[in-house]
Amino acid sequence: MHSNHNRALVNRLGFALLPFALALSTNTMAADTSTDNQVEVLNWWTSGSEAKALGALKDGLSDQGIGWKNMPVAGGAGTNAMAVLRSRITSGNPPTAAQVLGYDAQDWAQRDALSSLDEVAKAGNWNEVFPQPLQEFAKYDGHWIGAPFEIHSTNWVWANKSLMDELGIEQPKTWDDFIASMKKAKDAGYIGLAYGGQPWQDSTVFENVVLATGGADFYRKALIDLDPQALDSATMTQAFDHLRELLKYKDDNSPGRDWNLATAMVINGKALYQIMGDWAKGEFLNANLEPGKDFMCFRTPGTQDAVTFNSDLMIMFDTDDAEQQKMQQTMAKIIGSPEFQIAFSQIKGSVPARMDLSADKLDACAQSGYEQVQAAAKNHTLMGSMAHGYAAPASVKNAVFDIISSFVNSDMPSDVAAEQLAAAIQSATS
Amino acid sequence: MSNASPDRDGGARERLQRWLPKLVLSPSCVLVLFFVYGFIAWTSYISFSDSGMMPDYTWVGLHQWSRLWTSWTWGIALHNIWVFGLLYIVSCIVLGLILAILLDQRIRAEGVLRTIYLYPMALSFIVTGTAWQWFLNPGLGLEKTMHDLGWQSFSFNWLIDSNMAIYTVVIAAVWQATGFVMAMFLAGLRGIDGEMIKAAQIDGAPAWKIYARIIIPQLRPVFLSAVVVLAHLAIKSFDLIVAMTGGGPGNATAVPATFMYSYAFSRNEMGIAAASAVFMLAVIAALIIPYLYSELREPRS
Repeated sequence: MHSNHNRALVNRLGFALLPFALALSTNTMAADTSTDNQVEVLNWWTSGSEAKALGALKDGLSDQGIGWKNMPVAGGAGTNAMAVLRSRITSGNPPTAAQVLGYDAQDWAQRDALSSLDEVAKAGNWNEVFPQPLQEFAKYDGHWIGAPFEIHSTNWVWANKSLMDELGIEQPKTWDDFIASMKKAKDAGYIGLAYGGQPWQDSTVFENVVLATGGADFYRKALIDLDPQALDSATMTQAFDHLRELLKYKDDNSPGRDWNLATAMVINGKALYQIMGDWAKGEFLNANLEPGKDFMCFRTPGTQDAVTFNSDLMIMFDTDDAEQQKMQQTMAKIIGSPEFQIAFSQIKGSVPARMDLSADKLDACAQSGYEQVQAAAKNHTLMGSMAHGYAAPASVKNAVFDIISSFVNSDMPSDVAAEQLAAAIQSATS
Repeated sequence: MSNASPDRDGGARERLQRWLPKLVLSPSCVLVLFFVYGFIAWTSYISFSDSGMMPDYTWVGLHQWSRLWTSWTWGIALHNIWVFGLLYIVSCIVLGLILAILLDQRIRAEGVLRTIYLYPMALSFIVTGTAWQWFLNPGLGLEKTMHDLGWQSFSFNWLIDSNMAIYTVVIAAVWQATGFVMAMFLAGLRGIDGEMIKAAQIDGAPAWKIYARIIIPQLRPVFLSAVVVLAHLAIKSFDLIVAMTGGGPGNATAVPATFMYSYAFSRNEMGIAAASAVFMLAVIAALIIPYLYSELREPRS
């Protein structure tokens, strides 16, 4: 029908539209054959360890006789993938499932675009095994809409062990010790802090500083509840002072540097520390270094009792096709299963999102990280990361990025920065 | 019968000839109407709507526009486009004109030189941006080379200095477009009547006076075209900035186009993004429409 209509048009217009019409008819044909017993999964896991981690899901599905149609969209830390997802959904042709972060799952649920995962969640006891702060993102209106892959935490320091030994530095326990050890490194001609000057990295360091300066309650009030009084407060000014002090120990050439290049500076012994999420561990492991022996991982001094996290969620798109629905449920079940949670985190460098597993199979960093996440979940100090979109929606997050990066790249006074931060968040939420 | 047939055929052919151009042009006309003007109208509507991550057709009046004009980054972006646009247009025209005049002195190997100057235009902005980013990066490029050669006090770190970074973008953009402007001026110079110049020479006018009084005033249409071409390139500039500085350090090199992209695609603020896009369109239209108007009516007068 479609192509007949096109052909008539082609004849009338003297082949002017031929390529266009051909493109249309091949597209419709491709769409007809694509749903045959396979799932189409949109994701931006294209780098080595990420793709390998995703392979764990692919294998799990193929054991159940379900095929895998990968739909990777690289680049822009998921920005490009989300743009593709939007156009697919707007045109009424959503993929089976998609990897999303933070508030995106809620946004799609609000538009009634998602399948409910309540049955799988009930069978797998998800209400009990996944921590409450994560459930706030994976559930909408009391219904499960996302299957969490893992928990990444962002308040980690990665350190070069041999440099620490050489300079006689013990693992710092307090903020002052932390600064003092970097001063020692700087005086000895090393770079204290390996730093990547990109907005999300500036803000990752900033949220560490806020947590170390004001503690968990202050972090929650300022960056999650977005309380204007907390944002423009003496404590926030002090946090900016601490950030300014910390920035003395980075090198001058940091603007624009990618996070993995900053990690390489620690690996090569040029720099002492890096503050970064636990995905940095993959870089050390790839360089055949051993945690505890060649490199150290510890919570940013002053933040030991809390964890700021982010997590990938798999969301499934609403469909009338009964077979697709069944495959979606199977996929959610695999992602939530203990075996998958362990296997996935082993490769990706994260810790399992379930709180009821044994950490035996994980490496030393992940073992202590997992214990800390469990403790934080119990003590209500497991909190979403601002820099990674788990504290506030994208509009607020980027307003924060604007101010933090301006602060880092200028000599803006701390009290002005706190005031501007409050104003920018106010404007983004209006 | 034999008389009537050619007549009828001729009538049909004539009709076909009358209709054929319209028939052939109509699909592209419809496509342009829909994809260009249709989407301009749609974007304008979105700028008055409550759109966030997805289009939302709830009318909110000037709300998005007031948020745009109170935005911290939009202020930086506007300031940057002024600085960038002005320096870019003026430098390209001045350097392009000087190069064209120098090339116009009947020198040897003019063809080769012209090609060399014109070549940067053949590169995409992404390539230009990446190459200049390497070249100006203090840890990789010029500064490091100078240090390695023993000139330790040499310092050129504009790329990572938030007050100076926008000027590095100007440098790269000028490098890219100067050759093109030169070619425009060269064509203009070749079109000038030689008799007038000879007459001035006979009157004993010095060369600089001939250029200032006779040649350059006659290049007025070239200046106009150059300004229009460069101005819209400046306002559209996006890929050069993305490749070179990524809008950084911080937001120091944000321009309206990167602002629009960031609000539409990473900040889920489609309404503000649409407002900024409409604003950019209005600025370009304010430049182009008078130009087109003057160009199109000139032949009639």
